[in-house]
Amino acid sequence: MERCAVIGVGQTKHAAKRDDLSMIGLVREAATRALEDAGLTFRDIDAVVIGKAPDMFEGVMMPELFLAEALGAVGKPMMRVHTAGSVGGSTAIVAAHLVSAGIHQRVLTVAYEKQSESDAMWALSPKYPFQPPLMAGAGGYFAPLIRAYIRRSNAPNDVGVRVAVKDRLNALKNPYAHLKMPEISAAQVEASPMLWDPIRYLETCPSSDGACAMVLSSETAARSAPHRPAWVHATATRSEPNLFAGRDQVNPRAGRDCAAALYKQAGITDPRKQLDAAEIYVPFSWFEPMWMENLGFAPEGEGWKMTLEGATALGGDMPINPSGGVMSSNPIGASGMLRFAEAALQVRGQAGEHQVEGAKLAMGHAYGGGSQFFAMWIVGDARP
Amino acid sequence: MSEPKPKQDEPIKRMLAPVRLEFTVSAGRDKTAFLGAIIEGRILGGRCPSCRKVYVPPRGCPTCGVEMVGDIPISDHGVVTTFCTVSIPFEGQTMKLPYVYASIVLDGADVPIFHLVDGIDAKDARMGLRVRADWRPPAERKPTMESIRAFVPTGEPDAAFDTYKEHL
Ligand SMILES: [Zn+2]
Repeated sequence: MERCAVIGVGQTKHAAKRDDLSMIGLVREAATRALEDAGLTFRDIDAVVIGKAPDMFEGVMMPELFLAEALGAVGKPMMRVHTAGSVGGSTAIVAAHLVSAGIHQRVLTVAYEKQSESDAMWALSPKYPFQPPLMAGAGGYFAPLIRAYIRRSNAPNDVGVRVAVKDRLNALKNPYAHLKMPEISAAQVEASPMLWDPIRYLETCPSSDGACAMVLSSETAARSAPHRPAWVHATATRSEPNLFAGRDQVNPRAGRDCAAALYKQAGITDPRKQLDAAEIYVPFSWFEPMWMENLGFAPEGEGWKMTLEGATALGGDMPINPSGGVMSSNPIGASGMLRFAEAALQVRGQAGEHQVEGAKLAMGHAYGGGSQFFAMWIVGDARP
Repeated sequence: MSEPKPKQDEPIKRMLAPVRLEFTVSAGRDKTAFLGAIIEGRILGGRCPSCRKVYVPPRGCPTCGVEMVGDIPISDHGVVTTFCTVSIPFEGQTMKLPYVYASIVLDGADVPIFHLVDGIDAKDARMGLRVRADWRPPAERKPTMESIRAFVPTGEPDAAFDTYKEHL
C-alpha cells in the first residue's frame, strides 16, 4: 500500500447564510484554498471525490453534476460518496484509498452543505411509512438516546452544558467558525429554551453554510508540497442497521468496532494516552461523553467524567474539538470532513490559535444516520 | 419558506425554487398483513426463526438476514423505554407543542415502535411508564400507524429499569 499524505487543507468561513456565494462559489472557496495550500492548481489533480448530506437537505438532486466543472473535474474521474452525516469523513477516506491503492497521485476531496438553501429539519421530518408523523428533526431522534445515556451512566445534568460552553469558547480561536459567542456561559446555556427535552437550544449545533476540501497525495507527490504534510496512519468505516433487537444505540457496536479497527492499524493501544487531539462529531453536546466511551477514551459509563475534569478542554490531557467542532459550525455534509481536516491541521502545526501544542497524532471522527455510519482516521506528523 | 423580497437598490441574491414530493411505498407481504390488522385494531409481529426475536412490524431479520415466519399477535400494551418532549416548531409540523415522542416496546416484542404518548402532562412523562394504545374508532382507521391516536398511561406501576434496559 502507498503512503497517503494530506498536503492541502481549505475551508470556507462558515455562516448561517453565505448568500454572497452560490453553491458553486462555496465549494470553490474551499477547494481553491486547499489547492493553494498544496501549491497546486486544478490542472494537477487526478480525480475528485465529493460528498454532501442527502439531496433533500437542499432540494437539489445530484448537485455533483453541475459542481463537476466548478471543481475542475472535466475529463477526470469524479465520484460522490453518500453516508448521511458521516459523509464528510467517508468521502475523505474514499479519496485516501484512491491514493493508497496507487491509482492516483493527487486527489481533491470536497464536502459541503448550504443549509440556508433549504430546510434540513423539514427534510428529516417527513411522513415515514409505518410511523406516525411525530419525528422532529435530528434532535427528536437523538434526544431519547441522550436521555437513555444519562439514565444508564448517572451523569450529572450539567455535562451537556459544560460541553456547549467549552466548544463555543474554542470556536472563538477559530477564524472559520460559524458561532462566535464571546459571552457564552453555563447560565446562558441553561436558560436557553428546551427544544427536545433533554436538549436545550444552546446544546445543539447551528445550521451552517460551508465547505471543506483537502488535497491528498502519494508520498512522491508530497515531496514537492510547500508545507508539511499530515500522514494518514489509519482509516476505518463501519455501519449497522438502524434498528435490530438488542441494538445498543447509546454505545453502538459499529462505532466500537470501527475504533478498534482504526487503533489496530495505527498501532494504538491506549487512545487517550497516545492521541494528542481528536475532532469528534458532536452535534448535540451530550454526544461528547457518549463518544468518549464508544471510542474507548473512557470506560463505559464514565465519559462524562472527562468533560467534568476538563480533560477534553484545550489544555486538557485529551483535547476534544479544539476547533469548536460541530457545536460551533455545522454545514452537515462538510462537518465530517472538517473533523478530518482539523485533525490534519493539528499535526501539521497549522491550527493557529486553537493549536494543541506539539500535537503529533490526531483523530478525525464522523457519524451519521441513526448513529449507524461511522468514519474515522488518524493522521500524524511522521510517516507511518 | 417565503419568497425573499430584496429592498430597492439591493442586489437580488436569492430566488425561490419550490420542491414538492409525494411517494408511494409498496408494503410487501409482511407489512400488507400488518396494515390489514391495524385497520382491525390488532398489532402483528413476526418471529425470526433463527434468533427467535419478535419484530413489530414484521420484516426480514436485520441480524440473521432471513425471512420471518408467522404472524404473531402482539399486545397493544407496552413500556416507554425512552422519549423526548418536543417543543420546537418547524416547517410542515402538524402536532400541537409540546408533545411526547416515545420509544415503546410492546409486551412480547423485542424492538420498539415510536409513537405519541399523551393522557399525561408532558412533564410527568418518564422512562418505564406503562402505556396502552388508544385506538381510533373503526370507521376512522386507515392502514397507517395513526389508527392508533396515541399511547396513554395504563395506571399500572412503572416497569423496573432492568426489564427494558436492553432496548436502549
Ligand atoms: Zn434473526
